[in-house]
Amino acid sequence: MVDSVVEMICKELIMRRNYLKGDPVVETIYFGGGTPSLLNLNQIEKILNTIYKNYSLDLKEITIETNPDDLSNEKLAGLNHLGFDRLSIGIQSFHDNVLKFYNRAHNARESLESIAMAREHGFEKLSIDLMYGFPYADHSLWISDLQLALTIDPGHISSYCLTIEPQTALGKWTEKGKYLPTTDDFNADQFEIMQAKMKEAGYIQYEISNFAKPHAFAVHNSNYWKGVSYLGIGPSAHSYDGQSRQHNVANNVKYVKGLMANELISEIDRLEREEIINEYLLTSIRTIWGTDLRLIQDRYQFDLKYKKEKELNLFHKEGLLVLEDEKIILTEKGRILADSIAEKLFV
Amino acid sequence: MNMQKIRNFCIIAHIDHGKSTLADRLLEFTHTVSGREMQAQLLDNMDLERERGITIKSHAIQMKYIYKGEEYTLNLIDTPGHVDFSYEVSRSIAACEGALLIVDASQGVEAQTISNLYLAMGHDLEIIPVLNKIDLPGADPEVVADEVIDLIGCDREDIVLASGKEGIGIEEILNAVIEKVPAPTGDEEAPLQAMIFDSMYNPFRGVEVLFRIFNGTISKGDKIKFVNTGKEYEADEIGILGINQMPQKSLMAGNVGYLISGIKVAKEVKVGDTITHIKRPCQTTVKGFENVKPMVFAGIYPVETTDFEELRASMEKLQLNDASLVWEPETSAALGFGFRCGFLGMLHMEIIQERLEREFDMTVITTVPSVQFRALMNNNEYQVINAPSDMPEPTFFKHIEEPFVKASIITAAEYVGPVIQLCMEKRGQIKNQIYLTSERVELTFDMPLAEIVFDFFDKLKTISRGYASLDYEMKGYQQSTMVRLDVMLNGEVVDALSAIVHRDKAYEWGKRLCEKLKELVPRQMFEIAIQAAIGTKIIARETVKALRKNVLAKCYGGDISRKRKLLDKQKKGKKRMRQVGNVEIPQEAFMAVLKLD
Repeated sequence: MVDSVVEMICKELIMRRNYLKGDPVVETIYFGGGTPSLLNLNQIEKILNTIYKNYSLDLKEITIETNPDDLSNEKLAGLNHLGFDRLSIGIQSFHDNVLKFYNRAHNARESLESIAMAREHGFEKLSIDLMYGFPYADHSLWISDLQLALTIDPGHISSYCLTIEPQTALGKWTEKGKYLPTTDDFNADQFEIMQAKMKEAGYIQYEISNFAKPHAFAVHNSNYWKGVSYLGIGPSAHSYDGQSRQHNVANNVKYVKGLMANELISEIDRLEREEIINEYLLTSIRTIWGTDLRLIQDRYQFDLKYKKEKELNLFHKEGLLVLEDEKIILTEKGRILADSIAEKLFV
Repeated sequence: MNMQKIRNFCIIAHIDHGKSTLADRLLEFTHTVSGREMQAQLLDNMDLERERGITIKSHAIQMKYIYKGEEYTLNLIDTPGHVDFSYEVSRSIAACEGALLIVDASQGVEAQTISNLYLAMGHDLEIIPVLNKIDLPGADPEVVADEVIDLIGCDREDIVLASGKEGIGIEEILNAVIEKVPAPTGDEEAPLQAMIFDSMYNPFRGVEVLFRIFNGTISKGDKIKFVNTGKEYEADEIGILGINQMPQKSLMAGNVGYLISGIKVAKEVKVGDTITHIKRPCQTTVKGFENVKPMVFAGIYPVETTDFEELRASMEKLQLNDASLVWEPETSAALGFGFRCGFLGMLHMEIIQERLEREFDMTVITTVPSVQFRALMNNNEYQVINAPSDMPEPTFFKHIEEPFVKASIITAAEYVGPVIQLCMEKRGQIKNQIYLTSERVELTFDMPLAEIVFDFFDKLKTISRGYASLDYEMKGYQQSTMVRLDVMLNGEVVDALSAIVHRDKAYEWGKRLCEKLKELVPRQMFEIAIQAAIGTKIIARETVKALRKNVLAKCYGGDISRKRKLLDKQKKGKKRMRQVGNVEIPQEAFMAVLKLD
């Protein structure tokens, strides 16, 4: 099955070589979503070769998402050889009981080993994922996770709050009252602790959930927030060409069968002007570069500053944002309320 | 038709004492309706009425009954059983010569029953006492009979023992009606003098008027006039009410019937008005006519501000068949365009709200109900206050007056203490205390109407375990130190949350309202100060802390559209909220005042 999916991914890469308008130069490649490190080196190589053959490239970054338990010396050597220069490792926590609760296959020891190994194999650009919002009496576990992460100093840390989705075991437990989720205040405290610790260690919060040393910002992810077009290949992959979003069928079998018949099963969501503006707004406002009012004016002929003057003034007065060089930039206080602010600014 | 063979009677009963079931049995026994046709509790034919188990509006039905070989015409006029509709009850009573007094043999006489009974006795109606539900294990016919004997001064053997459920005593009731209730009197040849005692709205035929003829004869095609409104009509159709309408050529003095004359608006038909001929009018009108006055006022606003016109259309349609609903447009800074409505009482207000929802699919926000206060202005003129916003500045008036009622409460002796305490809390003054039996006490209070219209009745029921009953009548205005209590959110007054309250109660009211609002106003981006104030003086404060965190952690390729849609949806959802300053207020908050306990 995996082989046929890989084969169809390559087929899709060829079919959609002109998806991005005007044959732009590809700057970044990102293997992510799910567990791409399940692919063996041959499969990965096949995909990369297809890209190399069919696209104009000026690569600045090639990333793969991995879990600590599937990184071996052999795998790391291979990835390095294939040209990957950035690893994103799903550490989540350095506490075994927390990892167990998150239903992760790895333990804390494997986490530490995987990072050390990656460095031995010459990976300089490392990113680790951390999760907060674990239900615990105090913030001590989270603080120790942060401290250890910053001691390891991977250069890039992404951090997400535990969210409870309805169709999961945790969701069901919550529904039945067996699991008491943490409060917003508890999570907000942890978020603020994280902001402080990161700052202290010289990490810049260049996006709500992403912290990095000045030279180590993720190029690929940053482009999502800047409204840059991207092509997503494979089951369930999302693409954006500047006007519409498209996502492929999630089911592997349907994906393969469709492409065998030379058909890409996908849904296209053509965006209204307002929707494009709103999407740019809600993503760009999360970053240190902020929301570029001139860009909205030039690209979409919309005067956000004038139309949302009342809201902007109010948020400014409350210390949630600043306006710098025609860009809306959230303050530290504003970042934690980014969604509320974006919603109020929606056109 | 021979007037001697007509009997007009009504039923006086407390809610749940079995009036409707007993009425059903009478209809079955006289073959007015077959069992198969019988919809349970036929007389209550509005959905709402059936669900609430009470008759909101009165109706009438004619039965034929053979007694000792002679056929009699029995007109049963139904009466509403709630204090909100006491004027309608008085008009139904005025249309009759007799009344069945139905008392639950396990419950005894209730306050509402007594006041209606007095009304009936005041109109010289022949009272036929009936103890109902005698089949129930809890029935205590001996004790309840004593109570009834004390009340109306009848003999024990005059009391009919009955069970509507089991069909016991039905024939005895019918026989008693014929033997004891006097036949109507009146002159068929005299000028027409008929009284409207009810009306119903039929969307196809217009308003159907129910009337009782005291003198004269009305015929199809007659040119007639309603004396109090001065409106003139032609009698397109007249008839009697069986289970269906039965058109007649003419109806004579002593009878009860319906009239259809193309009346489109319920307002033109006033209960108690006199119908007469244009050419040969009667010299005197039927006594006792009153214009129905609203007692409770509240704002009604559409949930979606854009639905204002639709709400107006719905209200207009409602008014077609409910003349007692009055309203005028009103504007609120918080709620936008709406209506200031006058209701007969809280039940009436609830009914209107429910009918708007059920019949017109309109969800509405109702603001704090208020009674009609008045201010004695510096120039010695009275200014009416139907809404907090009508309240003049303190420097312009001498004092405020509020309506008082004489409230009568009947309760089991063991609850006298708590009932008195409750009434004192509600600013009542005890006036009288009478033991009806060794177990049951009637208490009389002077009380502000404003205290009764809120949750008084529910509280009374709770502290008396459901056994206390209440009736009240207007007594007039008395001076009171009423103040306007405002609610401010972040310093801005939310007009729709203002209320007129007694100064002594303002602090407690303000405190509870702030606490309730704190529960209902969601955390927002800024801290929200909820304050209650009289004038510029803050008397209570609560704080809704600012929302600390609202940001989705992950926002990469596939998350973006999902997130945008979610925020879009939230934004639309918030459109249903009302904005005052920078605070968003959910609809429930406006209803909070109704739910203070």
